[in-house]
Amino acid sequence: MSLTQEAVLAGIKEIVEEVAGIPAASIEMDKNFTDDLDVDSLSMVEVVVAAEERFGVKIPDDKVQDLVTVGDAVNFIVSAAK
Amino acid sequence: MSRRRVVVTGLGATTPLGGDVATTWAALLAGKSGVRTLQDEWASTIPVTIAGRVAVEPADVMDRIEMRRLDRSEQFAMIASREAWKDAGSPEVDLERLGVVIASGIGGVTTLLDQYDVLKNKGARFVSPHTVPMLMPNGPAANVGLELKARAGVHTPVSACASGAEAIGYAMEMIRYNRADIIVAGGVEAAVHALPMAAFAAMKALSTRNDDPARASRPYDLDRDGFVLGEGGGIVVLEELEHAKARGAKIYAEIVGQGLTSDGYHIAAPDPDGSGVQRAIAFALKDADLTTRDIVHLNAHATSTPAGDVAEANALRAALGADADHVAVSATKSMTGHLLGGAGAIETVFIVKALQERLAPPTINIDNLDPAVTIDVVRDKPRALPAGDIAALNDSFGFGGHNVVLALRSY
Repeated sequence: MSLTQEAVLAGIKEIVEEVAGIPAASIEMDKNFTDDLDVDSLSMVEVVVAAEERFGVKIPDDKVQDLVTVGDAVNFIVSAAK
Repeated sequence: MSRRRVVVTGLGATTPLGGDVATTWAALLAGKSGVRTLQDEWASTIPVTIAGRVAVEPADVMDRIEMRRLDRSEQFAMIASREAWKDAGSPEVDLERLGVVIASGIGGVTTLLDQYDVLKNKGARFVSPHTVPMLMPNGPAANVGLELKARAGVHTPVSACASGAEAIGYAMEMIRYNRADIIVAGGVEAAVHALPMAAFAAMKALSTRNDDPARASRPYDLDRDGFVLGEGGGIVVLEELEHAKARGAKIYAEIVGQGLTSDGYHIAAPDPDGSGVQRAIAFALKDADLTTRDIVHLNAHATSTPAGDVAEANALRAALGADADHVAVSATKSMTGHLLGGAGAIETVFIVKALQERLAPPTINIDNLDPAVTIDVVRDKPRALPAGDIAALNDSFGFGGHNVVLALRSY
């Protein structure tokens, strides 16, 4: 199954809003999860698990540390879903 | 050097009677019950279908994101501590002299059980990363400590239903021993869930008066048949006297002593001879430099169990002797239900209010006073307490044979 970048970004926005209470409107590709969105390491685990379930992809634990920005996560999920 | 004196400068609560101290206290004086029929789906699967849920749900006063990272017991601690800290004037203090001592009897039991359901139904990957900070019994104290940036020490004594009182006693000692100048102290509990209720029911500890919830918690009544589980918590701000005076704080009362003993008798049953309770009262009086003559009010543990209420009443009579005749005894669990690790704390809040307003709260639901009870129980309506210097005791006991008695006096 292939996913568009727009669809994944929209999904990530919803997940981050649900998990961390960040308004979806303020979540963009270049935002840093920790510095800009205040998503701490525990909440990041929640974001990852919710994203895996939603997009049907596997995000290995050793890849999570590379997902610094929203764009990193979106691009990883788009390529993993191909 | 004379001992550092400790006073109460702030109060907070969330209980089955109200979302704060003022509404809780008003309902208590009015003799209202906070016990209701449970609306939870699981209630029909256990033998007891009544409990005292908090009157104001945390969701009504707390941010959604904050809530999802806090166990219900931690939510209660945050709500009551915020009220207490504000009541104390939200003082700017030296954070290295600020402590937190908040207890819970069981900790984040609903989180533990809910996440076990997630593990079984969805798998390990879906277990929340917030589970451990939510279920640990020191979680309520830790979260309050984090919010206030307390650095003198954050502690959680655990002694079942004596935990809340033990926390307040521990906080008093921290100030006396010069480890801190101001401490947020108390106890909370959030155990209204099928498993803990089924477990208490298996011990035959809970009232099964399911058809009459408001009348089920009836300490000292002949037909009492067990305690009614409540939830919520009580918080006090304790402060070194000169520290409080220097900042012009409102001073409610002084906490002057504690007595702690253990029964060495049985894991759950009260020692029928009550010697552990008597010794705890004697120690608290000595620590407080009070005599039985000074005591005018006592908030009893009195949970409405057949064995416990009489064992305690006998111990009080033995410890106070003829002076028990002028001690107005209140069993406020008749209205709040039993808050377990929160009980000793909310009942300390009630004693502080009683000393301040010179009014002992009532005990409700005594249709026929058990003739084995020979102490002076305040029934149905509040009773005025004398003018002048007065003192009061708070009894709290826990499974395991823990006995904690706190002594407070008017200021």
